[in-house]
Amino acid sequence: MTQPLLEAEGLEKHFEVGGGGFFGLTPAVKLRAVDDVSLSIMPGETLGLVGESGCGKSTLGRLLLRLIEPSAGKIRFDGQDITTLGRGAMRAVRRGMQIVFQDPYGALNPRMTVEDIVAEPLVIHGKPSGEATRREVRAMLDRVGLPARAMERFPHEFSGGQRQRIGIARALILKPRLIVCDEAVSALDVSVQAQIVNLLQDLQREMGLTYLFIAHDLSVVRHISDRVAVMYLGRVVEVAAKQAIYGAPLHPYTKGLIAAVPASHPSLRSRGRRVRIAGDIPSAINPPSGCRFHTRCPHVMPVCRERAPALLETAPGHQVACHLTEIPPG
Amino acid sequence: MSLLEVQDLTTAFMTGRGEVNAVEDVSFSLNEGEILGIVGESGSGKSVTALSIMGLLPSPPARIAAGQVRFAGQTLTGLSERQMQPIRGPGIGMIFQEPMTSLNPVFSIGDQIMETIRAHERLPQAQLRARAVAMLDKVGIPAAARRLDDYPHQMSGGQRQRVMIAMALACRPRLLIADEPTTALDVTIQAQILDLLMDLRDEFGMAIIIITHNMGVIAETADRVLVMYAGRVIEEAPAARIFDHPRHPYTRGLLECVPSLTEDRARLVAIPGTLPEPARRPAGCRFAPRCAHAEPSCTQAVPALESLEPSHTAACFRARELSR
Repeated sequence: MTQPLLEAEGLEKHFEVGGGGFFGLTPAVKLRAVDDVSLSIMPGETLGLVGESGCGKSTLGRLLLRLIEPSAGKIRFDGQDITTLGRGAMRAVRRGMQIVFQDPYGALNPRMTVEDIVAEPLVIHGKPSGEATRREVRAMLDRVGLPARAMERFPHEFSGGQRQRIGIARALILKPRLIVCDEAVSALDVSVQAQIVNLLQDLQREMGLTYLFIAHDLSVVRHISDRVAVMYLGRVVEVAAKQAIYGAPLHPYTKGLIAAVPASHPSLRSRGRRVRIAGDIPSAINPPSGCRFHTRCPHVMPVCRERAPALLETAPGHQVACHLTEIPPG
Repeated sequence: MSLLEVQDLTTAFMTGRGEVNAVEDVSFSLNEGEILGIVGESGSGKSVTALSIMGLLPSPPARIAAGQVRFAGQTLTGLSERQMQPIRGPGIGMIFQEPMTSLNPVFSIGDQIMETIRAHERLPQAQLRARAVAMLDKVGIPAAARRLDDYPHQMSGGQRQRVMIAMALACRPRLLIADEPTTALDVTIQAQILDLLMDLRDEFGMAIIIITHNMGVIAETADRVLVMYAGRVIEEAPAARIFDHPRHPYTRGLLECVPSLTEDRARLVAIPGTLPEPARRPAGCRFAPRCAHAEPSCTQAVPALESLEPSHTAACFRARELSR
């Protein structure tokens, strides 16, 4: 069996928030942005990561690349434990893993030309800037659908979709194996979003890329992913192949999330016909006891308030963290 | 008679490149209790249309260059700020995409709702308070009486949008304009807010204009749909017809380019090219450079909205020959 390209085991990230105050007397509190997350991504596949704002999906994406340091847990990339690698060794590993951000404008230096932006990773990894690098940049721009004359221009001269192409070119120039797409198409107009989604899929096929596709748009995630992980308040509550997640979801949160997606036709209006998840997402600073979803769950039982359900396999490749699907003891 | 009539509305902005029409020749009408969806992408002019109706665009740089807006028989275009005041609120209420920037952070939400009511009605303090609590209750804020003294930062994004709706509803408007009301919200909260808007329409019979870039939001709410592209209305029809028989190639593209939640598609049908900037719009049909069906003649003149069926219009030279 092939081994996963990326694996996380018991990954956690805690942030200290607050604290200080008058004479530094207010104690800081711990925010568990990512709490005991284990998952794996196979080479060449796309794992979609969905959840609402504050669920920790972006933090998890950055943790997996070690752009931020985990508080606990292990990360393995291509079989190698990278959790505690030093700077130099990590730099070498990072050639193989890149990220594309949501806001291409915020992620591109406005004072650099497109050529310098796309060439920068090469230069950082020791390639001398010269004709060979120029050629490589030109080929990459062509590959993402930008003309060669884009090289001398600056980010502000481009539309949102074109800027995202620049961001993708920069991420791909080192020929990485894994790309984390963090809401990479969320800020784009829908007519342009489809172009970028198609581009990402073409590039995956041609270059054998593996994607972690983080997004809140459930339709786009369904389209691009092979498997999907659903997060809620720092935890993964369900992982399965996309057909199972969308066709036969098991976790009440996954069900509610899918039921909340607006209809595709006026005759399919959801008002009064689909179960709504009530209320708001609770704060991650003081999350609910037991199952974190219990305050909004339509099927809440006494046990849900007391004990957090473990992420267990209910069918091959389908994992759920819910007391409803846990096999009763005895 | 229609509640709202917009006729040949053209709103221009003074820019570094001279005067540019953000919105051009927009006409539509709206009946009491009807929900009109206006859908479009960036630069389509959908928000400027709403702000023009409300008289909320700063002049300069903006000015209504042509056309008129009539609300309940009264012409709004040309009214002074003072004359507009009594119409905003009891006549037309408006909610925006980002409730945090529309709420004042230094006043409690109760104060803000009561101020809105006070601007239009003279009521004793106790009754003002009771009305504010009733409004918060109506929009689904739990323990409304206790939340009245909360500040905007103490509420979640969804709750803030509910407060904005409560403020707009406090004056019982006959028309509510909702500009991307759920765009900044999570999908579970979006569903709650859309349900709320529909409930309020059913209960109060107010008309709603819902402005969005999301065809799903249109499908969930609209009775009739206006599709805008690059400042112009390019198609108008009852909601079901827009989804079943779109006649403009752009509308068709807009429906096809979003992935489905139930069907597998190997590849998305993207619309090539990018949205034109207002100052650099192409001549003739503005969609022509991105249109798979464009002919040389499409760039010669701007196509007018043409009636294709009763209550279905589209602005495309080839609409008749292209439809099956």
